[in-house]
Amino acid sequence: MKNTLAQRLDTLALNTELADGTPCRAIAATEVIRLADESGVTGRTVELAALRQRILPDRYLRNMKTLCEADQIRLLESTVCIVGLGGLGGTVTETLARMGIGRFCLVDGDVFEAHNLNRQLLSGVDRIGMPKVDAAVSHVKTINPGLEVVAASAFLTPENAGTLLGSCDLVVDCLDTIQARFTLEAAAKRAGIPMVSAAVAGIAGHVTTIFPEDSGLEAIYGPKDQLKTTKGAETRLGCLSPGVNLIASLECAEVLKVLLQNNNTLKNKLLVVDLADYTVETLQLS
Amino acid sequence: MTTPYIQLKLFAALSPLSPENSDRVPIEPGISVREMLDRLDIPTVKAHLIFINGIKRTLETRLSGGERVGIFPPVAGG
Repeated sequence: MKNTLAQRLDTLALNTELADGTPCRAIAATEVIRLADESGVTGRTVELAALRQRILPDRYLRNMKTLCEADQIRLLESTVCIVGLGGLGGTVTETLARMGIGRFCLVDGDVFEAHNLNRQLLSGVDRIGMPKVDAAVSHVKTINPGLEVVAASAFLTPENAGTLLGSCDLVVDCLDTIQARFTLEAAAKRAGIPMVSAAVAGIAGHVTTIFPEDSGLEAIYGPKDQLKTTKGAETRLGCLSPGVNLIASLECAEVLKVLLQNNNTLKNKLLVVDLADYTVETLQLS
Repeated sequence: MTTPYIQLKLFAALSPLSPENSDRVPIEPGISVREMLDRLDIPTVKAHLIFINGIKRTLETRLSGGERVGIFPPVAGG
């Protein structure tokens, strides 16, 4: 008789310990891939089954004990949409895949250009001209082939936004114009999901989280119909890797907090950072 | 009577316009943020986000001295 997935997990689990010496049972990343192939399910499904049996996929051992098993299950059950796969989006995709977000909807209609190489994690000299979304899907699968990815090589519009965001729990704004951010915010509000939003110029930037009921981007950029520009200070200052990566990491911290229902988020607040003099301040928007 | 001062922090592209005494900018009590910026030759059109003591305010907010004033230009890169 064929063993069930639960039995196979139980057989293959190894006794090990967390970094602090706490004993635990773990399943190797390679065994997760093998079990997924054998069972005809995704690696994400295998990881979820393991966690429900108190068996830790070994790739998440160092997420413990800041996260608990229930947190890891919640992340694997979550679907996150990342719109914009350039500087912010590349690092956000990488970080969230490693944290164990289970499902992604990746959106960008752009291709890599040489001037992306200064900061965009997913870019490379051999990827000039490649759709950013292709590089993002490939990168997620390299980190964890068991994660489930839907991809759209398209720019977000009011027309396609409903379909793209429809099955997501949260969207991360990694765009690079003010106008596009307003389009995404409107779509997120229509979908009834929170949006983690950030912007960078030089080595400065800001991060916030907008829930459907919040005033959101208008509190930062002013009324949409009075926008005088779609770009900001980055046209003069550029976007430097330390600033982009830091702000992207702050977005990821927000994603984790929102998905794990931590109340200490940036709702109606703006975290501003300027690495020129290491200013870090959380400001009250309303 | 002593002159009141504010602490002024200009972010990103506005940073090069910071006065040398940005930690201790003398002001007239009751002056608005707009008037203060005009006197310092800082273009108010780029003063997009104004924070006083960590709370969002406007160009018309009046200062009495002792405040921390932060000014952010529009930022949209990624």
